Amino acid sequence: MLRRFALSREAALLAALIALCLLIATRFSGFITPANLGRVFNDSAPLIILTLGQMIVIVTRCIDLSVAANLALCGMVAALLNVAFPGLPVIVIITAVVLLGGLLGAFNGILIWKVGIPPIVVTLGTLTIYRGIIFLISDGAWVNSHEMSAPFKALPRAVFLGLPVLSWCAIVCVAGFALMIARTPLGRSFFAVGGNPHAAVYTGINVGRTQFMAFTIAGALSGLTGYLWVSRYAVAYVDIAGGFELDVIAACVIGGISIAGGIGSVFGAVLGALFLGVIKNALPVVDISPFWQMAISGAAIIVAVILNSRSNRPKGRLILRTAGRKT
Amino acid sequence: MGVFTKLIGGAAMAAALIASPAMAQDNVRIALVVKALGIGFFEAAAKGAEEAAAELGNVEIIYTGPTDTTAEGQIEVINSLIAQQVDAIAISSNDTDALVPALKKAMDRGITVISWDSGVAPEGRQLHLNPSSNPLIGNMIVKLAADNLPDGGDVAVLSATTTSTNQNIWIEEMTKVLPDYPGINVVGTVYGDDLADKSYREATGLMQTYPDLKAIIAPTSVGIVAAAQAVVDAGKVGQVNVTGLGLPSEMAGAIESGASQSFAIWNPIDLGYSATMLAYELSHNGAVAEPGAEIPMGRMGTLTLDDKNEGAMADPFVYDASNIEEFKSIF
Repeated sequence: MLRRFALSREAALLAALIALCLLIATRFSGFITPANLGRVFNDSAPLIILTLGQMIVIVTRCIDLSVAANLALCGMVAALLNVAFPGLPVIVIITAVVLLGGLLGAFNGILIWKVGIPPIVVTLGTLTIYRGIIFLISDGAWVNSHEMSAPFKALPRAVFLGLPVLSWCAIVCVAGFALMIARTPLGRSFFAVGGNPHAAVYTGINVGRTQFMAFTIAGALSGLTGYLWVSRYAVAYVDIAGGFELDVIAACVIGGISIAGGIGSVFGAVLGALFLGVIKNALPVVDISPFWQMAISGAAIIVAVILNSRSNRPKGRLILRTAGRKT
Repeated sequence: MGVFTKLIGGAAMAAALIASPAMAQDNVRIALVVKALGIGFFEAAAKGAEEAAAELGNVEIIYTGPTDTTAEGQIEVINSLIAQQVDAIAISSNDTDALVPALKKAMDRGITVISWDSGVAPEGRQLHLNPSSNPLIGNMIVKLAADNLPDGGDVAVLSATTTSTNQNIWIEEMTKVLPDYPGINVVGTVYGDDLADKSYREATGLMQTYPDLKAIIAPTSVGIVAAAQAVVDAGKVGQVNVTGLGLPSEMAGAIESGASQSFAIWNPIDLGYSATMLAYELSHNGAVAEPGAEIPMGRMGTLTLDDKNEGAMADPFVYDASNIEEFKSIF
């Protein structure tokens, strides 16, 4: 068991992550203090939550480009709800945006399942539609921190057992996903659909419905993150989380989730998100020219992908050899 | 009957033509044309214009504009103002070039045309009033930081993107005047890319890298808000002052929390006031808009025109706890 883990791509990624942290520590020693690592984890929490949602979508051979737009729309709705009804309990707002996010995700899913449009086209379209809707409902204006109620802004920052609620949200999502993937028929069917859709049909799995469920879950997580994002940065406007969908997909790829579908793990997704999170938080403190920062982020992604594909390779050969022996 | 009607009609028209300039002499009619009606910023500018009108006495302000921010809408408005034979048009344009033909027509009819806030190409107006100028802004952003640091200290700049033209010019202008502020030590410039999350992260990074940091200067509206939030979350309110350029409605929370002592941006009331004063001077007092001309604008001093007939009104206006309540609902 331990030996299998030591050879897995998650182990390679974990080692790379630790090496990265140590490398950063040589430039800025305060980076690896527990308090700072906690802060980095907290800052990466939105990325972790969205990466989990994107993971199951990618595993089913789809892709969701609309997660950031969904996040922004749900965040704006949360902010507007709070401004319109300052007395509304935060939990009601969260429930509302999670449902809305799920609905927006389901809309993607239904177009893919029932209309049969390729996921990349559907979500490219809904990405623009969702951003457009934000403009319509907000008139392009910002919702600012003084307009939001204090409990609305306080929740993600509230400390519970030493960690902010924002971090706990990510931890709960990770635990829930690990359970769902390992223990529920739905969780297993994502991999079945992605691994071999034709075989999945023969085992009685509805491929379209499974993909629909993946999009709905990813959407609901975007909705949750929308609230967390807006209350954390205490501002909501049309362009929040602009381009964030690319970070989410990059985190998935770094985390060893195969773009071709069928391969991936919750642990890998979390590590991928943390890897990007560490880079994003380290670059401002290691005093590297901003002109280099983007190149460094990009290089890190490519290195991670190369490491992943290398660790995938022996597995492929092994199957061929077994197959060869059998015949 | 036909001839008689035509004669009557002609006489009435002639009477109208003679009558209207006579009416106009009683009152100078200045049209303040804005990008669109119903925007707080422009409503405030109209308030300033009314203030100027009250000061001048014989001025009537026509506050108008299209219902949405389009050039077509403004052209319609301009044409109707030409028909009404106003004395002057002061416009904040939705398009630099598209309005030129309509405004030229207005100038051909003897109407004074100036642009303010958002300019028109030189051939379509007599002068353009900028709310401020790059050197004034560059000076103001460092002054805001220095005013709260009598003993000097480390300050850092949080900009938009590395390629943002405006921010780069302002930071360059700021660097030029730094010797005037002894003790102010600019330790670095970081870029938040006008994204709330990246700006927040960069501001947090600044506070970690420079534990003695006293101020963050953010000449960008997304950056200043995100930096203020980062300071609040780091528990450094009172130690690190966030300042720069922002809008009162967006910064009200930061002023309230104390993360920002003060920040600056143009004052729309002053802008409307100055535009009205300039339009009056040109149309009624015989001031000539030419390079080098100095045109008075009441309590705002005088406007000096450069070789493109443009001038800067004043330093950006400073907002702090004393006036934020008044302005946060305006823009």
